[in-house]
Amino acid sequence: MGSFSLHASCLAKHNLPWSNGCSQNLNSLRIPALQQRGPGFLSRKASKILAFYGLKSPPYALDALEPYMSKRLLETHWGEHHHGYVEGLNKQLEKNDILYSYTLDELVKVTYNNGNPLPEFNNAAQVWNHDFFWESMQPGGGGMPELGLLQQIEKDFGSFTNFKEKFIEASLSLFGSGWVWLVLKRQEKRLEVVKTSNAVNPIAWDDIPLMSLDTWEHAYYQDYKHDRGKYVNAFMNHLVSWHVVTARIIRAEAFVNLGEPKIPVA
Amino acid sequence: MALRTIVSRKTLAALGSGLRAEARLAASRGLVTFSLPDLPYDYGALEPAISAEIMQLHHQKHHQTYVTNYNKALEQLEDAMAKGDALAVVKLQSAIKFNGGGHINHSIFWKNLSPIREGGGEPPKGSLGWAIDTDLGSMEALVQRMNAEGAALQGSGWVWLGLDKDFKKLVVETTANQDPLVTKGANLVPLIGIDVWEHAYYLQYKNVKPDYLKNIWKVINWKYASEVYEKECH
Repeated sequence: MGSFSLHASCLAKHNLPWSNGCSQNLNSLRIPALQQRGPGFLSRKASKILAFYGLKSPPYALDALEPYMSKRLLETHWGEHHHGYVEGLNKQLEKNDILYSYTLDELVKVTYNNGNPLPEFNNAAQVWNHDFFWESMQPGGGGMPELGLLQQIEKDFGSFTNFKEKFIEASLSLFGSGWVWLVLKRQEKRLEVVKTSNAVNPIAWDDIPLMSLDTWEHAYYQDYKHDRGKYVNAFMNHLVSWHVVTARIIRAEAFVNLGEPKIPVA
Repeated sequence: MALRTIVSRKTLAALGSGLRAEARLAASRGLVTFSLPDLPYDYGALEPAISAEIMQLHHQKHHQTYVTNYNKALEQLEDAMAKGDALAVVKLQSAIKFNGGGHINHSIFWKNLSPIREGGGEPPKGSLGWAIDTDLGSMEALVQRMNAEGAALQGSGWVWLGLDKDFKKLVVETTANQDPLVTKGANLVPLIGIDVWEHAYYLQYKNVKPDYLKNIWKVINWKYASEVYEKECH
């Protein structure tokens, strides 16, 4: 997978190493236990760090997906929309003494609240969703999956073409804003194409997403205007990173047994 | 009652001028089909509040697609009903709600807008103006409230100034996706609807939805809203 760098003006979660470039934005690190020791405990020079989540860069340059996804679109989608969700989430977590301590995955599940989402859900889930989406694409993507992943797709959809049709059909029939996912269903132990609305994410009910497509209009309007079909086809044929999906399903198999183990006969 | 005005006379006229064979067949079977209403102004007439590019795409692509898919869904519904296929009838409901709602909402939207030189943006006089002050505080308060609710709406949807015709009171509501205002209350009549789907503003305002909401008031057609209000509240 590509390397990712932390956006200079934001800080990462507090358990990742500090990046030198972030020092100009330090606010106070809220450590409840320390605060209880009285106002004089932390040195007067300790800067205020309010850092929860950072804007992760996509694992490629912003113009690397041209001509299927333009630099101009990525600058808006990543730099404004995704960035906005991160800032919004950090602002909400500032005011919440419990939620700030969760990992992003946990935060999404907790704030989903079984379908009755808390106000932080939209921002948290959209941060998660966009991180996942950028990583689901690569320059020179598209084509076909191979080996075990291809076998699993053929097993669960009949053929790769069938899967592709289902995915495209789901993207075109999603009413409003949302996401289309290739998901590994934990209970059923099979792959499925799933549509979700707005910010909803399959990890909320404990399934394992393998790849996603953003079907909010902001994800394609600057390049494709109203033509969502053209966008979906460009994604499937030129952007989706089957390498990443392979890596994800390999990891998922540590949690979901997808087949009988091959025990050699003595 | 609003639906009848949406079915244009053109449907019948188009029958004789080479409408698609299926549509002709459908119409001859008695199925009413819908068509894209014309805009009462040019695409560029609402500049600079809303660009000509957006108006053209919004009308010719988005609204047209809702009309086309609504007609398709209605045909399929008629088939399913004729065959007594209850499951198919139920499965079609979401497509009908979405596409039919899209057609209804956008038809109202085009009438909610008018160029500045034709009175766009001029606040309502008469009974609607008083009702706004009585029920919602003031015009400024109404605009602020609708802008706040529009900006806070997550995903796609509409923000409405509606009339509760049972209580004769004005209300501000939002609906998701293409749900018409009646989905929030059967007694609600839409006076002004503002489309906050991204397609309504993206090419011009990108992600800055609040700027779109601030500017659209310059071309809101209060004359139409007053007419609807007075009809319900005589």
